[in-house]
Amino acid sequence: MKSAVIVFPGSNCDRDMMVALEQASGRAPARVWHADADLPDGLDLIAIPGGFSYGDYLRCGAIAAQSAIMPAIVRAAERGVHILGVCNGFQVLTETRLLPGALMRNQQLRFVCRTVALTVENNETPFTRLYDHGEQIKLPVAHHDGNYFVDAATLARIEGEGQVALRYGEPVNGSLANIAGITNARGNVLGMMPHPERAVETVHGNTDGVRLFAALAESLVAA
Amino acid sequence: MKVRVYVTLKNGVLDPQGKAVHHSLENLGFSGINDVRIGKFIELEVTEGTSEAAISEMCQKLLANTVIENYRIDRD
Repeated sequence: MKSAVIVFPGSNCDRDMMVALEQASGRAPARVWHADADLPDGLDLIAIPGGFSYGDYLRCGAIAAQSAIMPAIVRAAERGVHILGVCNGFQVLTETRLLPGALMRNQQLRFVCRTVALTVENNETPFTRLYDHGEQIKLPVAHHDGNYFVDAATLARIEGEGQVALRYGEPVNGSLANIAGITNARGNVLGMMPHPERAVETVHGNTDGVRLFAALAESLVAA
Repeated sequence: MKVRVYVTLKNGVLDPQGKAVHHSLENLGFSGINDVRIGKFIELEVTEGTSEAAISEMCQKLLANTVIENYRIDRD
């Protein structure tokens, strides 16, 4: 699996993401600066990491979504390259419209930083195929703006199409239908608020994130 | 030329910040408040003659997220 991690000013989970990807695939990801206009050739996966790109100015992810590298990422997504956006990366993906909806301020108005229970709603994606359908897992969250919102018609559509990949198993941020992670219609783009890259080593106290990266490495090995 | 852009949450989008401010105002003893909604005010200084269409495009591409927000443009 050939992967790249995009770095914006204010990204802070890019190194953890690179470690998790290298651990799963045996191959170090490329690190791509947001101001570059081109991606390395032959990528199987692009990861947009967590952090506070551009200080969350205007709206979380709004400025990053307009950066020089984004048109290349949108074109890659259209070609079927897999894209994983975690936390701020999820916010960037909604701002670019690669994923539907928006992530708003947490309902309780507080930053939430803890390990939360999640249900794997769809395990038929290249990201989640090593989890069982309906399996309860735990992953850490750390965000102020994870309150997912989308209009009723789109919500019905994404629920019907199995685009809701992960749901919170407990109240976390007021997210509509407890949505924690969604894919696009084609299934090659996943955005999620929880941090799988923070749960890949025993020293993290939790290894529930391992299977997400392993699933990608397995799915994309032949590509 | 000054252009003022008002970005507001669409109807039906919950505004927890507005709700918190509403409660706080009531705690201060103010009554008769039916609802509080918080938005953004953005002031642009643009070249004379900048078209309405160009400003609208700025709003749609960046200043507002039209999934959740409406915008209104005020010009001098």
